[in-house]
Amino acid sequence: MIDKIFLLGNPNVGKSVVFSRLTGVHVIASNYPGTTVEIAKGYLKIDEEKIEVVDLPGTYSLESTSKAEEAAVSSLKECPKDKSAVINILDSTNLERNLFLTLQLIEEGFSVIVCLNMWDDAAHRGVHIDAEKLEELLGVPVISTCAITGAGIKLLIERIKEAHPSPKNKLSHEARWQEIGMVVETVQRLTHRHHTLREILEDASVKPLSGLLISCIIVYVSFKIVRFLGELLINKIFDPLFFDIYQPVLERLSLALGQKGFIHHSLIGELINGKIDFKQSLGVLTTAPYIEFAMVLPYVVSFYFILSLLEDIGYLPRLAILLDNLLHRLGLHGYAIIPVLLGFGCNVPGILSTRVLESKRERFIASTLISIGVPCVALQAMIFGLLGNFGGFYVAGVYLVLFSISIILGIILNCILPGYSPELLIEIPPYRFPPLLILGEKLYFRIKGFLVEAAPIVLLGVLVINILLYFSLLDSISGIFAPVIQGLFGLPKEAVVALIIGFLRKDVAVGMLMPLSLSAKQLFIAATLLAISFPCIATFIVLLKELGLKYLIGATGIMIAVSMVVGSILNFVILR
Amino acid sequence: MRKLSLIQIKENQKARVLEISGGRILQHKMMSMGIYPGREITKLSHFAIRGPVVVKVGRGVLALGYGVAAKIIVETE
Repeated sequence: MIDKIFLLGNPNVGKSVVFSRLTGVHVIASNYPGTTVEIAKGYLKIDEEKIEVVDLPGTYSLESTSKAEEAAVSSLKECPKDKSAVINILDSTNLERNLFLTLQLIEEGFSVIVCLNMWDDAAHRGVHIDAEKLEELLGVPVISTCAITGAGIKLLIERIKEAHPSPKNKLSHEARWQEIGMVVETVQRLTHRHHTLREILEDASVKPLSGLLISCIIVYVSFKIVRFLGELLINKIFDPLFFDIYQPVLERLSLALGQKGFIHHSLIGELINGKIDFKQSLGVLTTAPYIEFAMVLPYVVSFYFILSLLEDIGYLPRLAILLDNLLHRLGLHGYAIIPVLLGFGCNVPGILSTRVLESKRERFIASTLISIGVPCVALQAMIFGLLGNFGGFYVAGVYLVLFSISIILGIILNCILPGYSPELLIEIPPYRFPPLLILGEKLYFRIKGFLVEAAPIVLLGVLVINILLYFSLLDSISGIFAPVIQGLFGLPKEAVVALIIGFLRKDVAVGMLMPLSLSAKQLFIAATLLAISFPCIATFIVLLKELGLKYLIGATGIMIAVSMVVGSILNFVILR
Repeated sequence: MRKLSLIQIKENQKARVLEISGGRILQHKMMSMGIYPGREITKLSHFAIRGPVVVKVGRGVLALGYGVAAKIIVETE
């Protein structure tokens, strides 16, 4: 009896969607190759028996070429063949290319079940596959599914027990392609169709001129929507909630606590002009929830809405083609744009997804650039909220500075690190339009993930600062760093607290700047420094895990050096 | 019939793969992604200044870095 089921297939065939259907465990699925970089595990019950299901990163063959593929292939080979079954998931719209891995798996003697996924999309595109005939030719069960709607999944589960090894002679790669040609000839029928609008757009986005134009429009519109949605949520929902409903409750609590004392100080914080000020009181019940829910959460929602939409449509790999040239100068290739974009949400998944890159050198450069030049959405939201008051010019300025730093640092790293930058080699997925329900579900899980991870640390961060303030312990800490903070960066010495708390969370750190009433210039420098200096602790841990201690120390050194140089240049030269 | 690299043929031109003049790893990788001697492919676009090349292989679309594209030798009619 088998006790393990592996899900294996080419990149971007919907393995993660099938995984979620089989196990009920939600994992992020998107329409681009390389969404899954970590191995996910869940359980499926067949006839009262619990079987482990493993979702593996996509791979084109059993010889791996990237870290993610390596993980897939090695965990498959570790498990004894008679104890496991492999559900080989195929993209029905591209049967021929997918069969290469299928034949390899069968030849190797794995118990294979073939799952022809995206069956509906194939029919849509005029691809008709005779599944019974394919089953006959391959000698293994073949089931057609549409995982996103759940069609065919029940049958797939029922037939898992039919899986059995049916090893064939090992073929050379050429002979295997010949065999595939014959199989496809027999089972696949194409009906001719006219070019649809979707196909015209697919083609236009991979040509230089029209591609550039489309990308400019998409980036501009995305940015506008993120801001518009974020502000809408703040002005229409969160601010009214806080000011009209929550504040009166707190005012009463404040009175009940006698407006002073340790308990009052830690819960409510300082009263500003006799009233609670959500931005300056620094209490666990006042500033902490305000930062998290009224300042950051709205942008988390709007950012992930747009990112998830672009991911599912399948636009992101097209950006990789356009940026390949630029990124090569930084020692990367075009596909590094995917980790960067994810990093704009949160650096942690961004750095994890650098596993789609081939070499350690690339992963080091990409991770370092992300942790220095890519601010997470929480930090961006706070920058919008604070610096936005002085005008959009300053906000745009921070982005410009970060962009320039990334480019310059990338070029330097590419020059001094030994090694070369591998070539772009990716599949460009067709455009797909996700059902709104699926999009909503993905958004829900991302927001939930954000709240679960962020809320406790935000509370903790505010509490630590609050207690330090109450016992006036901050002066001695800020005194030590005063020469650098005041002398080099032109910031008040209290700002050091923000930089230190930035190690915990960036949004709280910017929150610490709010009571200091900084000038536009000071805020600009502080915000930039918060982005480029140490990443938050979660990012640090993932850097250590992905790069190892030696590289982490290297990256940290770079961060300190860059912060010193950029902080002083901004203070003495650019914003004088 | 002319022997050219994928860089040299024009956009929207069809060609047949003759060889992948790279190391074993590249040949393997290309092979598993569906580019092998005898395969017919169509070049969709080419980005300027040593930019990537986009090709249609069967029903899929692949983006190849300049260095890889230069190693794919094809013949055209």
